[in-house]
Amino acid sequence: MTLLNSYFGSFGGMYVPQILMPALYQLESEFVLSLKNLQFKKKLANLLKNYAGRPTPLTLCRNLTKGTNTRIYLKREDLLHGGAHKTNQVLGQALLAKQMKKKEIIAETGAGQHGVAAALSCALLNLKCRIYMGIKDIERQKQNVFRMKLMGAQVIPVKSGNGTLKDACNEALRDWSENYINAHYMLGTAAGPHPYPTIVKQFQSVIGKETKQQIFEKEHCLPNSVIACVGGGSNAIGIFSSFIEDTSVNLIGVEPGGIGIHTEKHGASLICGETGIFFGMKSKVMQTHEGQIKESWSISAGLDFPAVGPEHAWLDSIKRVTYVSITDSEAVHAFQHLSKLEGIIPALESSHALAYAIKLMNNYPNKNQTLIVNISGRGDKDLKTVEKFLNK
Amino acid sequence: MNRYQTLQKKLVPFKKGCFIPFIILGDPSIEMSLKIIDVLIENGADGLELGFPFSDPLSDGKTIQKAHLRAFSSKMNIYLCFEMLQKIRKKYNTIPIGLLLYANLIFKFGINNFYLKCFNVGIDSVLIADLPVEESNDFRKCAIANNISSVFICPHDAKKNVIKKISLYSTGYIYLLSRSGVTGTDKKIIVPSLNLIKNLKKITEKLLIQGFGISNSKQIQKIILSGISGVICGSVIIKLIENHFQNEKKMLKNIKRLSRSLKQSTIIF
Repeated sequence: MTLLNSYFGSFGGMYVPQILMPALYQLESEFVLSLKNLQFKKKLANLLKNYAGRPTPLTLCRNLTKGTNTRIYLKREDLLHGGAHKTNQVLGQALLAKQMKKKEIIAETGAGQHGVAAALSCALLNLKCRIYMGIKDIERQKQNVFRMKLMGAQVIPVKSGNGTLKDACNEALRDWSENYINAHYMLGTAAGPHPYPTIVKQFQSVIGKETKQQIFEKEHCLPNSVIACVGGGSNAIGIFSSFIEDTSVNLIGVEPGGIGIHTEKHGASLICGETGIFFGMKSKVMQTHEGQIKESWSISAGLDFPAVGPEHAWLDSIKRVTYVSITDSEAVHAFQHLSKLEGIIPALESSHALAYAIKLMNNYPNKNQTLIVNISGRGDKDLKTVEKFLNK
Repeated sequence: MNRYQTLQKKLVPFKKGCFIPFIILGDPSIEMSLKIIDVLIENGADGLELGFPFSDPLSDGKTIQKAHLRAFSSKMNIYLCFEMLQKIRKKYNTIPIGLLLYANLIFKFGINNFYLKCFNVGIDSVLIADLPVEESNDFRKCAIANNISSVFICPHDAKKNVIKKISLYSTGYIYLLSRSGVTGTDKKIIVPSLNLIKNLKKITEKLLIQGFGISNSKQIQKIILSGISGVICGSVIIKLIENHFQNEKKMLKNIKRLSRSLKQSTIIF
């Protein structure tokens, strides 16, 4: 029996080989203890403030919205140490690993942002770290690979499948099923078997808490919409968490539309996927009519995943969050736009969310609206990809 | 009496162990896969454990992962798997046939439809690699309704309460794990502790069959001597397919030799 509910509606669960169940139970029980442990909370709060650099600002766009009645605020997770929101939750998981007396960390990464975060938390807390990364992602995220190695992590190239995040996730789970006694699997997003979606949400909820407080300070009211990109869904669930009960706020999750959701080249698992069992969870999965998992596609390595966290699947089913898609070229356009007009280079992942906010602004230029976009990470890592895309 | 019980009756009084080979259906092609099964059965296999190809086999090591890919290359799909099974069952009426596959294939097919199809083609048991007993309710209900045995994996380090649950829910045989990790012969296997075997035998009379990484006579003899009823060997056979599938004659000859040797090792009294 689990201590916490392992399902969100009919989504979630623990679909893993039997051998991993004790490790998941151990993690859940340590997490439940940590929620009640004042010392744990203090340690984490201290690291978030004095190491990671929280709180991150909420920046009002000065130029992007000119000529409209829209105000776009950016939640600046790009300014967090490590360059993305990923640092929030790895610090929490690293502390849990320490409490469980685990000596090693296994992680997987797509864009390399979670890999960088895992590597820095392991360097800080003296944990051995190995990170699985698809060969296609290693090629498109060379800088982040170097960062990980610099911080002492071992980066293991994954050649199977398409050489992307899905394959790295499979390989990390394979490693964990052999080494669960000494190793903690530092899963990078709000997906996978219980208790990961709950743990990741808890540690990322700091984004939503800060955002709510900051928007009240600036606007003295709730925003019209909160917009975040959704791959596995950790930055989105983090910022949504404080607004879920405020039904006047539109919550919008933006999936990677790739070349177009009418093609085979996209990663929109909520819009185009079906309920399935994959990566330890029951959720929305891109799959064939026979249940084989499809390869996803996105210009953004961090969104290139054929499934989504189970809480998003549930929020979609109860229609609390609207999930939309943005294509590669729309995301690149937003990437250029924000860089040029505001002097902020957003991650390609976040550019998807931004592109949708720009769409909302352009569709209703006279509407008096406040939009918050979660800039989940910075775009330095994507410069080559964008350059290549623009030179095509 | 189901086919596993019949097998047990045939072996246990004579203190013999059983040898169950595992291969992926359609690896490297449907025709060759059927021929491989013939060779295995003619050369000592007491039962069959057959896998359906899956895109993301996370319990499998490199050798079996490649087998899934080879099966896909030969355009294998779930319907062709069932067609193959029908042919195998028609030819071999008494041998227990178990399936080992991943949960999404069953879920997408429709859980009840899947077990009904299994019943119609004469399958004895289904083991789902990524389904722990804790999540098995919906699957077990349909298995029971369609008279298919469920098989669960008992880890080598399982605690008493887990052993109890697995013994209760595993209705075909109990799959004892040699070690942690994924399939493959590249790592050392261990014989589960006598304590674990004793605990299992105290609460169940079902066949205890060990799998993961078993590849030679010495290991098999040690396993059978410890009181385990039999072995499942996958990667060691699949490696031969990988090495020789472009030379069918050589591949079948090698599988024949290996099958005989593995079966021979289960008879030690």
